[in-house]
Amino acid sequence: MIRNLTNRIILIVLILALALWVDLSDEINVLNPLSNEALFSRNVEPRLGLDLQGGLQVLLEADIPADQQVAGDAMEIARDIVQQRTDALGVNENVIQIAGDRRIVGEFPGLEDTESVLATIQQTGLMEFVDTGNVAPEEGTFLVTDYSPSGEPAPAPEDGSTVYHTIMTGAELDSVTVVPDQLGVNYVINFVLKSEGARIFADHTGANVGEFLTITLDKQVISSPVIQDKIDGGEGSISGSFTAESANAFAVQLRYGSLPVPLKIVETRIIGPTLGADSLSKSLRAGLIGMAIVALFMILYYRLPGIVAVLSILIYAAIAFAVFKWFHFTLTLPGIAGFLLSTGAALDANILIFERLKEELRNGKNLTQAVDQGWTRAWSSIRDSNLSAIITSLILFWFGSTFGATIVKGFSLTLALGVGISLFTAIYVTRTLLALFLKGFKPNNYDLWFGI
Amino acid sequence: MIDILSKRYLYFLLSFIIIVPGLVFLAVDGLPLSIDFTGGSLFEIAFETGQTLDTETINAIYEDAGIDDAQVTTTDTGSVLIRSSFLTNEVRDQILTGMKTAVGGEVTVISFDSVGPTIGAQVASRAALAVGVAALGVVFYITLAFRKVQNAFRYGVCAVIAMAHDVAVVFSIAGIGARFFEWQMDALFLTALLTVIGFSVQDKVVVFDRIRENATSLRRLEYETLVNHSIVQTLQRSINTQLMTVEFLLLSLALFGGVTLQEFAVILLVGLLSGTYSSIFVAAPILVLWEKREWSTWFGRGANA
Repeated sequence: MIRNLTNRIILIVLILALALWVDLSDEINVLNPLSNEALFSRNVEPRLGLDLQGGLQVLLEADIPADQQVAGDAMEIARDIVQQRTDALGVNENVIQIAGDRRIVGEFPGLEDTESVLATIQQTGLMEFVDTGNVAPEEGTFLVTDYSPSGEPAPAPEDGSTVYHTIMTGAELDSVTVVPDQLGVNYVINFVLKSEGARIFADHTGANVGEFLTITLDKQVISSPVIQDKIDGGEGSISGSFTAESANAFAVQLRYGSLPVPLKIVETRIIGPTLGADSLSKSLRAGLIGMAIVALFMILYYRLPGIVAVLSILIYAAIAFAVFKWFHFTLTLPGIAGFLLSTGAALDANILIFERLKEELRNGKNLTQAVDQGWTRAWSSIRDSNLSAIITSLILFWFGSTFGATIVKGFSLTLALGVGISLFTAIYVTRTLLALFLKGFKPNNYDLWFGI
Repeated sequence: MIDILSKRYLYFLLSFIIIVPGLVFLAVDGLPLSIDFTGGSLFEIAFETGQTLDTETINAIYEDAGIDDAQVTTTDTGSVLIRSSFLTNEVRDQILTGMKTAVGGEVTVISFDSVGPTIGAQVASRAALAVGVAALGVVFYITLAFRKVQNAFRYGVCAVIAMAHDVAVVFSIAGIGARFFEWQMDALFLTALLTVIGFSVQDKVVVFDRIRENATSLRRLEYETLVNHSIVQTLQRSINTQLMTVEFLLLSLALFGGVTLQEFAVILLVGLLSGTYSSIFVAAPILVLWEKREWSTWFGRGANA
């Protein structure tokens, strides 16, 4: 028998209440009871996919003269980079494809995040001006700097390497141009800073004449010039061993990030769903019919434990849906079908246990023993079968995120979460609920109540 | 007790009959890749103010022109975007004429572009590589989990062989569907395939677990009897989990769900059924024939003489 039944029930009710809270609201706000200020707030609106709700369509075009050809596979690389960047926003079923010779069509489900989608696409490489004192790091080496995008200082590296101070980042750049140097051999990049950047730059160069000011892109050293003089007016230049191509490429990276071709946004607009409302309602009805048949079968076949399993599957669905909403999973029609399917698979652990329970009852064990044995003896198969599934999905997830196979990544994450939650409901919830039922009710007719 | 294992070569034959035709169709006809993998045409049109065509009508016009994979999207500017497999200029003009007739007014072409795949070729090959690595992970885990029984390694290998069987069944069904019902392999096919793989291993382990348990308690039994015993003991669970829960859901989706899901539901239905079938009729029999080293009798006695 399980002890501390009350504690278990409190935990289950608590988890269920939290799950239902997320399930039923569009936004979660926790207020500080003393000051009535929001302590915590998160948007948990369900995010529907392009097929169900439509979303934002962005048309990107290579920002080069119309008569100039885009080099070889540059568009494909650009497509991959745009895909990776926008996928970093979450599990969101974005569609990115090359259109014609010089355009990329991106479609993003949901509309709330228009700003962040655009910002992400246009995100540039991180350029930093780093104070390296009297050291001139070699071109191409990686520096550890104290700049982090969140504003909090980055943690000190464990190997004790020097952390350099970032004076400012490329966010202070106003414009970037490429010109040949005075000798006409190499090329330099001229930049104009915004007013705040110009002030910082003037202060720093004034105070550190003779020292090195290193310029990095994504932490990699580009060049390390000596500060000759105080630079006023917010204009400066970066000289290194640049050829015309590499100088241009660098300037492009500063403007557009590490894309092989500069992209500009030509058009953004809202697109409608690809599926008719009819298709959705049909599929939902089909899902409900299927679920009803499954519930009916479980109850008719397993009787009392069947009722408990159906309750526990409802709790599974509530928790899983809450998790999907919390992490902004995009719900597409096939995704919903997969979710329904996972509830069927989540019953597997219950069925394993109930079959064991019935075996033990048939072998003449009393009810308490049979329930205990059912769980103990089914455990090894539940553990190993589910762990195999989790291992499979983790490997797929790791691959999916390492190699930018979004579809594999989204799928495996959903599978792993589904398996994990179903383990909790089968092992913990079903057992507790069954114990609760059997506490107040001692059936004698095993054939009627357990269907042996 | 039912004797399942003695007819094992019959099951192998059955699997063979299911798998081979579809794979032959795939080999002959080529993979029926959808525009998700191959790219196609993106056609944007606009109607005169106040006029519009609904998705069904546009789909019908495309089908009349011999294109049955059109995906229609509307935009907030009132134009209509249609993705489909590649359109030749003649087909495009035929579609335009069809639209003009249907709407009874002018139709403006805003753009007509060829578009690349939404799932690049490298994504598909990486997915295949990921599945391969996952299979190795499974062999490793099962070998570890079964280390207390003899030849633990075999259980992992048999699980993966049966998983390959399930993958072959899914491809075969896709091949048969492509031949007779014009099915295509799209992003959903990839999802269905991964789902089958995920649940396939899970199912094998349940049967193997019973063998592991019986191997200690019923030590004196012959291996074949022991495995047979274990299958029969888990049979009720296999039937209930598979048929009663998963297949009911999928069947209802395939029968009553929208067109979008039907193909997906049928492929999953067959694939997951194969997952359960192969635990009993592929993975377990291979364990037995491995134990008995039956391959030495496959080519007659001539080899030994």
